[in-house]
Amino acid sequence: MNVIRKKYPIILTYIVLIVAGAVFLLPFIWMVSTSLKPDTQLFVSPPVWIPNPIAWENYYRAVTVVPFFTYMKNTLIVASLATAGAVISTPLTGYSLARIKWKGRELLFIITLAVMMIPSQVTMVPLFIIFSKLDLVGTFLPLILPSCFGVPFFIFLMRQFFKQLPRDLEDAARIDGCSEFGIYFKIMLPLVQPAILTVALFQFMNSWNDFIGPLIYLNDEAKYTLQLGLQQFKQAYNTIWNQLMAASVLVVLPIILLYFFVQKSFIQGITFGGVKG
Amino acid sequence: MFSARTIAGIRPRMVWKRRGIESRRAKYGYIFALPWMTGLLLFYAYPLLSSIYYSFNKYNVISPVEWVGLNNYKELFNDPLFWTGIKNTLYYALFAVPISVVLGISLALLLNMPIRWRSFFRTVFFIPTLVPVVATAIIWQWLLNPQFGLINHLLETIGIGGPPWLGDPKWSKPSLILMAQWGIGNSVIIYLAGLQDISKDYDDAARVDGASGLRKVWHITLPLLTPVIFFNMIMGIINALQVFTLPYALTYGTGNPANSLLFYSMHLYNNAFLYMKMGYASAMAWILFIVIMTITLLLFRSSSRWVYYHGDQ
Repeated sequence: MNVIRKKYPIILTYIVLIVAGAVFLLPFIWMVSTSLKPDTQLFVSPPVWIPNPIAWENYYRAVTVVPFFTYMKNTLIVASLATAGAVISTPLTGYSLARIKWKGRELLFIITLAVMMIPSQVTMVPLFIIFSKLDLVGTFLPLILPSCFGVPFFIFLMRQFFKQLPRDLEDAARIDGCSEFGIYFKIMLPLVQPAILTVALFQFMNSWNDFIGPLIYLNDEAKYTLQLGLQQFKQAYNTIWNQLMAASVLVVLPIILLYFFVQKSFIQGITFGGVKG
Repeated sequence: MFSARTIAGIRPRMVWKRRGIESRRAKYGYIFALPWMTGLLLFYAYPLLSSIYYSFNKYNVISPVEWVGLNNYKELFNDPLFWTGIKNTLYYALFAVPISVVLGISLALLLNMPIRWRSFFRTVFFIPTLVPVVATAIIWQWLLNPQFGLINHLLETIGIGGPPWLGDPKWSKPSLILMAQWGIGNSVIIYLAGLQDISKDYDDAARVDGASGLRKVWHITLPLLTPVIFFNMIMGIINALQVFTLPYALTYGTGNPANSLLFYSMHLYNNAFLYMKMGYASAMAWILFIVIMTITLLLFRSSSRWVYYHGDQ
């Protein structure tokens, strides 16, 4: 009797999780299935789950109907430069806020937290005006420059990581005559590698998935990023679902592969603000 | 830890020595923080202040700035689409946020049970959040296609005539709310981490007192989870009030059918970058900012009544 009462909730948990999991996976399965369907199997009832024959050519068409690889190249340029910028700038500030005492440090920290509350809609318009006066609209720079100066959330994350490091290490290095920059680059920076990886990952993701930034600043199709290109593709060919799905798979796949390689950093970055912050 | 002598003798000297180093190091503090201080001025402070200024002006980037006083704000109150945007956005936030809180906690509670393949299930709920929004829009537009979509087909097999989803102004917002739940994985992960932080002592105490199952969840787990719930709720509301990318990608910025998917931020974007009404858009942005700040403040005020923090926090 007792065993049954104990087992019952667990079995129920499995049932609910499997059903809910299936619902969450369904869109992926349907996306892949549709991406491999010949045109004739798209609009049929009952729907075809496993396409026959498999229409691999949808993928070929998806990357040739629109300049997919140009979009990919543009996205990689923007994402990797923005990531490099964030990875260089945010540990600098995080280190300064965590490990050096100076007047105004607390104030800068509070301001850094406060600016996270500003909706991007407020700064969006003046920033566009600045960039258009600098004649940079239509280039990648408005999408890259801001992260090179620092990103508030990442600075916060870096600060918390630097704070956890023991004091003895830098004291020892200082006695050995190491300069402040030497301490930072040779001793402290290597110790916060996991945090740097998290910052890199999230900045890369944000740039890869960014839609509104490219929408505002890129007006020439040769400069489009993947998100903008995909939107363009959708607008131009909104009923050829198999090719649209093939293009979607190609945009989604790199990110999901990335996730499986660096799962831990992902989870760390997400839980940081909510639980450990 | 320290004997009386160390406290009296060695410690103060070390502290004194450190102070000397600290004051010499202070200038490095400024040097290291300099890029971010520049960034704060360029990308936050200046835009924030000039946005107030633009909101009292007429400006289309090409012709000179023209002072119009409160005209942008007056014009807004007579703009029917401004009110449509507010109505749609509030509708969205009012349903999407509570649904995602309940669904997120439920999934996290299930994942926190002593089950096998926990990391597999966690991954299943998480990966949809990795899908770029434009791809999400494409996938769901196809799934929710009224005639040939998979969802309506599945509904038909159990005898339900599916609605026209995104094609009908009455169903378009519920469709969007449904799609948003697909990306709930982020908050599930945060709730789960919060649940795993709750000490097992509470569990044991509850078992000794004879509480089990749902009663334990309601009286012990959920109160202890309130700080995390509060965090997710604040983030959820802030994001919902700014909802933009998914409805924009779905409708190419039109907000159709019948403006039912025209959200506040979309109207703002259209004014700024379609009609080049920079002042008007700035006024809209400031109204949004003030509304978000007020709601956040009210939530923080209410938090002392329902958010439970451990004694030391």
